[in-house]
Amino acid sequence: MTLAARSLLIPTAVSAALILGACASTSPAEEDAAVQEGSAAQADLVSVSDPWVKAAAADDGMTAAFGILTNEGEAEALIVAASADDVSDMVELHEVVSGDDGNMVMREKDSGFPVPAGSEHELSPGADHIMIMGLTQDLEPGAEVTVTLEFEDGSTHEFTAPVKDFEGANENYDGDHGDSDDDHEGH
Amino acid sequence: MEHPTEEGARPSRRSVLLGGAAAAGVGAVTLSGGDALVRSLRSPAESPSAAGQVHGERTHPFHGAHQAGIATPPQAHARFVGVDLHEDVDADGVRRLLTLLSDDAARLTQGRSALADTEPELALSPAGLTVTLGFGPGLVERVDPALVPQWLGPLPEFDTDRLEDGWSHGDLLLQVCCDDPLTLSHAARMLLKDTRAFGSVRWTQDGFRRSYGAEPEGTTMRNLFGQVDGTVNPEPEDEDFGPLVWCGEGAPAWLRGGTALVLRRVSMDLSEWDRLDRPGREDSVGRRLDNGAPLTGQAEHDDPDLDALTPLGFPVIAEYAHIRRARSEDPDERIFRRGYNYESGGDAGLLFVCHQQDPHRQFVPIQRRLDELDLLNEWITHIGSAVFAIPPGCSEGGFVGQTLFEA
Repeated sequence: MTLAARSLLIPTAVSAALILGACASTSPAEEDAAVQEGSAAQADLVSVSDPWVKAAAADDGMTAAFGILTNEGEAEALIVAASADDVSDMVELHEVVSGDDGNMVMREKDSGFPVPAGSEHELSPGADHIMIMGLTQDLEPGAEVTVTLEFEDGSTHEFTAPVKDFEGANENYDGDHGDSDDDHEGH
Repeated sequence: MEHPTEEGARPSRRSVLLGGAAAAGVGAVTLSGGDALVRSLRSPAESPSAAGQVHGERTHPFHGAHQAGIATPPQAHARFVGVDLHEDVDADGVRRLLTLLSDDAARLTQGRSALADTEPELALSPAGLTVTLGFGPGLVERVDPALVPQWLGPLPEFDTDRLEDGWSHGDLLLQVCCDDPLTLSHAARMLLKDTRAFGSVRWTQDGFRRSYGAEPEGTTMRNLFGQVDGTVNPEPEDEDFGPLVWCGEGAPAWLRGGTALVLRRVSMDLSEWDRLDRPGREDSVGRRLDNGAPLTGQAEHDDPDLDALTPLGFPVIAEYAHIRRARSEDPDERIFRRGYNYESGGDAGLLFVCHQQDPHRQFVPIQRRLDELDLLNEWITHIGSAVFAIPPGCSEGGFVGQTLFEA
């Protein structure tokens, strides 16, 4: 089930500011999967279990997706980008780290999400997560969001995650982003 | 004694508590009955497996033709939560809510944490957990007013009723039953976290029976008056259980395989009951207190002889006795009871819960007779009343209430 079309499509100043605060992000790569011959695509070896997305209103501008990535291959798989085109025009891979002032902050993880061979990588509140920004509609509890993961080798893996009401996952943005928010307010 | 088990491709977070030895131990206790249990408690050192006393891993299937929590042997603890849906919840909202709740229930009842579970460790000992969803007319109407069964709504008024709105009605029922109160609390909280975007809690009613293993399984429960309560009750394995309980051809298509649940909060005046001597107590019901036998019999399940007279010519089982008044000549006028005791805020009593195909045809005539005459009415008062349609169970990948959307 995709999200109901009746939801309002309201890009807001808030979400716009957040997008601008993350301008280093690359747009979803559309190039052909450059899968090396003789080896399976990373996307085919990695599965996503127990995925979910935190409920958010379009006005909130952003939310996050979580789940457990499992790599059944014999080599590390690397997720380099993600997208959720039905509901967002910008998705980033984020990590939560200790900031300069000792507080935990989240920021884009340029190196991507590695999923070790034969192992798993958990995306959870307070840790690595898929940041969905520039929400184009409300994500109501019980709805479903389709997310696409892009791997280092260009292969992609699509999964559907239910939306859950969740109080947590309120990590602060990295200070730089906060400044950017201020700078870009009014755009 | 602990043998972590593999569950699918990824190591399970729940596996640590589950052990084959524990499961085997529980089976042994069940098979050899209460005596063996008592013996094993007396001398744990001699017990073949002390781990046999760990029983938190027991599960009941969530998926199936009927929802669990009805024919399931009653667990020690129960929570009934009545929810009022927000006004803006439409059919799509109902579908989303039921999808979330069903997913939570499918996981939690099998000892797995729910999605977005902030306390996943509290889900690891399911202890017989069941989650049963029931619909009031308010929920069914959101999907399609034409789908509301004729009996789904407030029951007719009874003279002795003193109903309080705060214990009555509701759009959605969450029935959570479990042999472990901590698991129950967590499961109920998880369900309510997924409910809060759609509705608010109207009432919460907690009930209890004997703790798991305190008595041999199948022992009729006792209420807070000390009475054996529920002797005449169809057993799920009886032939007439299905026709009495599960909705059939006469019900709307979406309800077939489901049932109707009546929840009555029956306050019991324990202080006044204290003033009554033992013969008086037995006389009011028509049964002995020690083993629940009818006053005309020796054993609990002996048929009462309603024609038997005392030497003075009075009926042995009085005209006003509860069991005489509850009895019907019509074999279809029967119900399946699955109640719990309650004690909260200085009040105590019985959460009377019964299942039937049609409350108007089965429960109401019984309650009408009790309302007209039942000496127990001196000490009991019905203060809450709610009726819910319990839809059939769902299969894997489906959700409870799906049939509403297929009608």
